Parts: sequence; C-alpha cells; structure tokens
Amino acid sequence: MTSPLLSIKALSAVSTREAHQPVLRAVSLDLRPGEVHGLVGESGAGKSTIAKAVLGILPRTVKVTGGSVRFEERDLLTLPPRALRDIMGREITLIPQDPQTALNPSRRIEGQLTDGLRLRLGLSAAAARARALALLEEVQIRDPERVLASYPHQLSGGMRQRILIAAAFAPGPKLVVADEPTTALDVTVQKEILRLIRRMQRAHDTAVIFVTHDLGVVAKICDSVTLLYAGKVIEAGTTAAMLERPAHPYTRALIAAGPRYDRPEASLTPVPDAIFRQLRQDIEQTERA
Amino acid sequence: MADAALSPAFSRAGGKTLRALLGEPRVLFGGGFVLLMIAIALLAPVIAPKDPLEQDLMLGTLPPAGFDGAEAGYLLGTDDLGRDVLSRILHGTRIALIVAFVAASLSALIGTALGLAAGFYRGWTDRIVSRLVDIWMSFPPVLLSVLLVAVFGPGLHSVIAAIVIIDWTRFCRVVRAETIRQAGLDYVTAAETVGFSRPHILLREILPNVVPILLALVSLEMGIAVTVEAILSFVGLSLSSDTPTWGGMIAQGRQIVYQGWWVLVFPLIALFSTVLAFNQLGNGLRLALDPVMRR
Repeated sequence: MTSPLLSIKALSAVSTREAHQPVLRAVSLDLRPGEVHGLVGESGAGKSTIAKAVLGILPRTVKVTGGSVRFEERDLLTLPPRALRDIMGREITLIPQDPQTALNPSRRIEGQLTDGLRLRLGLSAAAARARALALLEEVQIRDPERVLASYPHQLSGGMRQRILIAAAFAPGPKLVVADEPTTALDVTVQKEILRLIRRMQRAHDTAVIFVTHDLGVVAKICDSVTLLYAGKVIEAGTTAAMLERPAHPYTRALIAAGPRYDRPEASLTPVPDAIFRQLRQDIEQTERA
Repeated sequence: MADAALSPAFSRAGGKTLRALLGEPRVLFGGGFVLLMIAIALLAPVIAPKDPLEQDLMLGTLPPAGFDGAEAGYLLGTDDLGRDVLSRILHGTRIALIVAFVAASLSALIGTALGLAAGFYRGWTDRIVSRLVDIWMSFPPVLLSVLLVAVFGPGLHSVIAAIVIIDWTRFCRVVRAETIRQAGLDYVTAAETVGFSRPHILLREILPNVVPILLALVSLEMGIAVTVEAILSFVGLSLSSDTPTWGGMIAQGRQIVYQGWWVLVFPLIALFSTVLAFNQLGNGLRLALDPVMRR
C-alpha cells in the first residue's frame, strides 16, 4: 500500500466560544494519492472543521487541543505561516461551497483565474491566459474566450462552479478540498458538477476530500467515507462496504432515511431518537474514559 | 448540455451598468438636476441678468414678475436693498455646489480610509476607530458645526472643515460594516490562498465592491452638506453677508417676510430642490449599482 498523502491522527479541537465544547473528538483518517474521500455528517458534526484544518483556515473560535494533520510528512498544524502559504493554493486547493460569493463580483473571470497561475506558478500573462482557456475547456465551458471577459454576475451558478473547479485544479494540486460544492446548486446541475469533479480528479490524479451531508452524493463520487457525529468518527471505510454493510446503527438509520426514488410513495423515515441517545451516551462514555 | 442555454445571456458589463443607471428614474431626474445646477454654477456670471451685489435702494423689495408693482428685468423681484433675487440665487449655487463637492469628497475620503482599515484589520484599529465614531456621534451635529466654525472663524474653508470633521463618521460606519461583510466572503479567502498581500486584497479586491454603496453615500452627503452650509449661513457663520448664499438669503428674507415673501421663498425652493435631487440621485445609485440587484 502506498504511503498516505494526508494523514490526520487523533485530531481534537474545542470551540472557544461555547464554553470549550468539543468540536472534534480524536478524529483520524488517511488519504492516499488520487483517492476521493467523503466527510459525511449533519450540521455541526465537524466535517467543515476538518476541511478548514486541512486548508489551514481554522477560525479563531476553534482551538486545536491535540493530534496532527500531516500532509506528505509535514504537520500542517505546526508549520510556520510562510511554509503553510507555500502549500495552500498550490498543493492543496479549495472548491468552495457557494459559487455566488467565491468569485469577486467586480472583477472579470480572466484576472481571477490567472492571478494564482501568475503569482504562484510564475507564468507570464500570455501563458496564464492560455492555461486558463485550456482549463475552461476542460471543465466543458463553451466559448471560454467570452467567459474570461465576463463578470461573475453574467454567469449562471453552474458555470461559476465550473470556473471554481477549473481554478482549484489550475495549479496542479495534490489535494483538492471540496466543501459541499453542490449544495448551492440545482439538482440537475449537481449531477454534472459531481461527474466533472470526478473526471478532473481522475485526469489529474488528484486526491479529493469531499465534504457533504448527502449519502447519495457519497455513493456517486467517493472511494472511501468517514461518517461523523458531534465531532466523533462513527464509521469509516470504503464507500461500497459502508453503504452495503453498514456496521453502526446510526449509519444504517441514515441510509434508511434517504429518499427512495424507486419508491416515492414510501414516506421518509427519520433517524430514530433512540439512536441519537445511544450516540450521545457512547460519546460521553469515551470522554470519561 | 447546461451551458448551451446560458451562452446567449452574455452582454458587455459596462453597457449593462450604464443601462441599469439610465433605467432608474431617480438617477435620471436627480442626476439631470444636479448637472443643471453644475451648469448654472459654472455659467452664473454669464446667465445672471444683474450683478448680484449691485444695490439700488430705489428698487427695494420689488415683487416677482406677474405681481403688482413688478419691474421688468427683475424676474424674481428684489430684496430690501434692491438686489436681484434671481441673480443672487444663481450665484449662490456656486457656494452651495463647492461646499457639496469638496466637503462630501473629503469626508468620504477620510471616512472610507478609516472604515476600510477598521473593517478589514479589526483588532485595535477597529476598536479605536469605532470608539471615535461612537464619541463623535454623541455630539449634536448642528451644534458641533456651529461651535467648530466659531472656533475656526467664519468663511468657506471653515464651513467645509466643519462638515468634514462631523460627517466622516457616516462614511466610516457604513464602509466598515460593508468591509466586514465583504471580508467574510469566499472570494477574499480565495485571494488570500493565492498569496496576495493584505493591503492588495483590501484595495484591489474589497474596495471595488464597496464603491457602489460609497457613491450613493457621497450623493446623499452632498445634500446634507448643502443643508449644513445653508444653516451656517443662516446663523451668519458662513461667508460675509455680501456674498450671495442661499442660507444668507433665507436669513435675510426671514426678517422682511411680511414685506417681501419672495426673498425667503425662492432661495428655499432652490435649496429644497437641490437637496432633493442629491438624495434622489443617491438612492437611485444605490438601487442601480447594488450588485445583488444587477443580476
């Protein structure tokens, strides 16, 4: 087995705002090069916090209390800011959640796509432009010349998300963090975006951390999954294994709670309260131990 | 293919903004009126029928054209010293607009600089600037302006200085709030990961997105500046009573309102419509340039 690209070991963190409430409880996960790993959980489960820790943009209200985030043998949590800046936006990039706000509304697409290429890869203006055009074609945008000359508000949400995907893959990163990249989009566009991320990831042999709350999305795109609840890893493994043979009752209940398009007449089954009680009890017990 | 349906929706951004501006009636009327005022201010010596300072006691308090005892050549009548009201209003436009543009630009400059810094760097900068604004806002503005001009001594410079010293807080508060909002958006994080310096992000990424709201504020501030100048002239703290200013005319007209109402009413109309035009322009700009509205 190849050595992991990213290795999170026993990462714990607390919120400084809410009386040191734990937000991550000894989370561990490994990511091999070229692997797509899903981080799944409800709101507040800690999936976004993990993503932010990997990106080095943890808010001041979250304090890491233990563990490590190693990226190719460098611990991102203890790296000096300069070294961290060299990695971020170059070796690790982000596909943001909301395509509305991730592009500067007062700048043309061209500048926003080429900034990084020129500043980080040292490309000339012409080379960066050529690279940007090629990337736009790769994410299946028609008429890339015109898109480069456009302002974000002239483009649809799906188009903007494609541009952001192009931007994320532009510097040839080893790891892309996708933070719920399809949540703000129409369902029909979602599917195309998922397929696009998958294809880009395979073509560039890039590892992806895919943050989502949607098990259906996980089934479509992820090789492996970590399921979180209240900052704790509930279950982890390959997607196929987890979805076909879920070990934890919470996982089983979540899978059962998903909408069934083949049986629309069946009402949705919420996760039973008993399971949440059990989860909280388990967490309290491990805390005390 | 999702893109096929979207491609024809392109248009030139500049043209679109311009069309949004011209499609907003407030911008058209407010902006048109302001342009007219600028033309009047520039051409005042040419278009004014009389010398605004020329007194003729034989022709004192003549009523406007169309009233009993009106004299040809004095369209809006004369004041108690026989000076032509129309000419004085036209010349008064100069003072009003100079104060409007200079005072509003200077307060915008100071307020925006402090607001941007406070909203982006937060921490101590923000604490100091915000406390300053709080302290400033607790003074009654008209009283403070009268006090300031009394300290500086009367004159155009003092009036402008007083307005700037008082009104930079308006810009500071709004720009700070907008900067905080913009700084929290993902495009700023993206610019950070690209590796731009903090000043670059503030001035090149955030500032352009604050400009629309700033333009609207400047226009509103011009209306306020015109009013404040009139107030200060009214209490005799602006320019010498010789110089034609609307506030000075209003003060003078108030004293002889029973003999000649027109000396009070016409400068009031000029003041009222100018402030209205600036306010309409400001509100219209805000609506037309709002990035959320111009999808």
